[in-house]
Amino acid sequence: MEWLYVMMPIAGIKILWPGLIILGMGVGVIGGFFGMGGAWMVTPALNILGFPMAFAIGTDIAHMAGKSLISTMRHGKFGNIDYKLGFIMLFGTIIGFEVGAQMIMWLERVGRVEIVVRWFYILLLTFITCMVFYDVSERRRKEKEALKAGKKVDKLATGLEWHKTFQRIKIPPMIHLRAAGVYCSAWLPIMVSLLTGWLAGILGIGGGLIRMPSLIFIVGCPTHIAVGTDLFEVMISGLYGCATYSYKGRTEIVAALIMLVGAAVGAQIGTVATKYIKGYGIRIAFGCSVIGCAVSVALKLFPTYFPLFRGFCDEAATVVVLAVVGALAIYITVRMVLGARKEIASKEAKIATREG
Amino acid sequence: MRKIFKRLCFFSLILLLLPHLVCAAGGGEVAPMVLVADTRKLNGFVAFWANIYNESHMEFTLLTVITIVLVGAILGLTADAVMNWVGIDLKHRDLVEH
Repeated sequence: MEWLYVMMPIAGIKILWPGLIILGMGVGVIGGFFGMGGAWMVTPALNILGFPMAFAIGTDIAHMAGKSLISTMRHGKFGNIDYKLGFIMLFGTIIGFEVGAQMIMWLERVGRVEIVVRWFYILLLTFITCMVFYDVSERRRKEKEALKAGKKVDKLATGLEWHKTFQRIKIPPMIHLRAAGVYCSAWLPIMVSLLTGWLAGILGIGGGLIRMPSLIFIVGCPTHIAVGTDLFEVMISGLYGCATYSYKGRTEIVAALIMLVGAAVGAQIGTVATKYIKGYGIRIAFGCSVIGCAVSVALKLFPTYFPLFRGFCDEAATVVVLAVVGALAIYITVRMVLGARKEIASKEAKIATREG
Repeated sequence: MRKIFKRLCFFSLILLLLPHLVCAAGGGEVAPMVLVADTRKLNGFVAFWANIYNESHMEFTLLTVITIVLVGAILGLTADAVMNWVGIDLKHRDLVEH
């Protein structure tokens, strides 16, 4: 079975290549659908396949850059990217990320850093989960009330309406984000990108997990635009990350390219699935993925207080991550296939009517 | 639910503002840089690629980034062609919702 393994040039280790394709495909589906890089899913999975942690991070970032390029191309054609918003946020994200990263280097001398980061991460994820599901429940309440009154809720109505408050802040210069349909102060996306970039730098993540809900709840972007614009950001930050990690010899291009083959198919499935699933459907699925991420981080934190359970918790965290990736990838793929079948069937019916 | 949500918002905000937490935050240990890749056991393309890294880190970085972009674009366009052939409309999205 030697042919199932491929040698990594820099790390000098052999890796099971079908595992890389399956991983790339699963994460590609989720990344294209939610608009995030998914480092929290890929890094532990690569580690399981045999990559040392430092190589796992670099290789993940390299494959993430290529994968988000594929998804961005597709989202761009659907009109899901607000390029103006993307470029404005890019500067804030880079500055915020650098501040966060510099802070980490400066604070490495402080003890128990990892525990604090993990607690901070769990709280942030809990907050995002509550925000997403509270928004969903509020929207459902509005729908029920409207139904009782014999009306229909506006398609653009949302549960949480924080963005309306933020958009009322009229500090010049004011900008019109056409694709997102938002008119606000330029300082709003700048401040959001600085904050999300800083958080990403502190936590050592790409930031999609924080930026996507921020674009929805603070800036007020429709879900599809938030997903597309976030992927645009992920693509550029991924290329930057790919360059820095490659310079340090932490990128295994052979593995990244094999993963890209799977991701090319997965990213298309995930992106096309957004065509058939409503904005609130995406939000609910996103909330579930955040819960999975929070549980895996909590399981990694648990042995700090109960060292006896270290082995069990590490394995459980991996199982949780893989189960979440698998379940979400299957759900998205099934919805995409059902939607595509319906679309093709209606096209064929139209042609048959014309010919008949 | 609303009460729990408000409390969570409140505690999260406090945590965000706590200076000692912010100051104590950080990632794990920084992984050391690979200075020279061991090419003794390698051959073919793998050895060639490792040698590029050993000769020039900058050249290796540029080649990696360009390769990732090129392969990403090629695979994306190929997947586009396949989906078009299947009959999926890849240019329009009918669902309009927040």
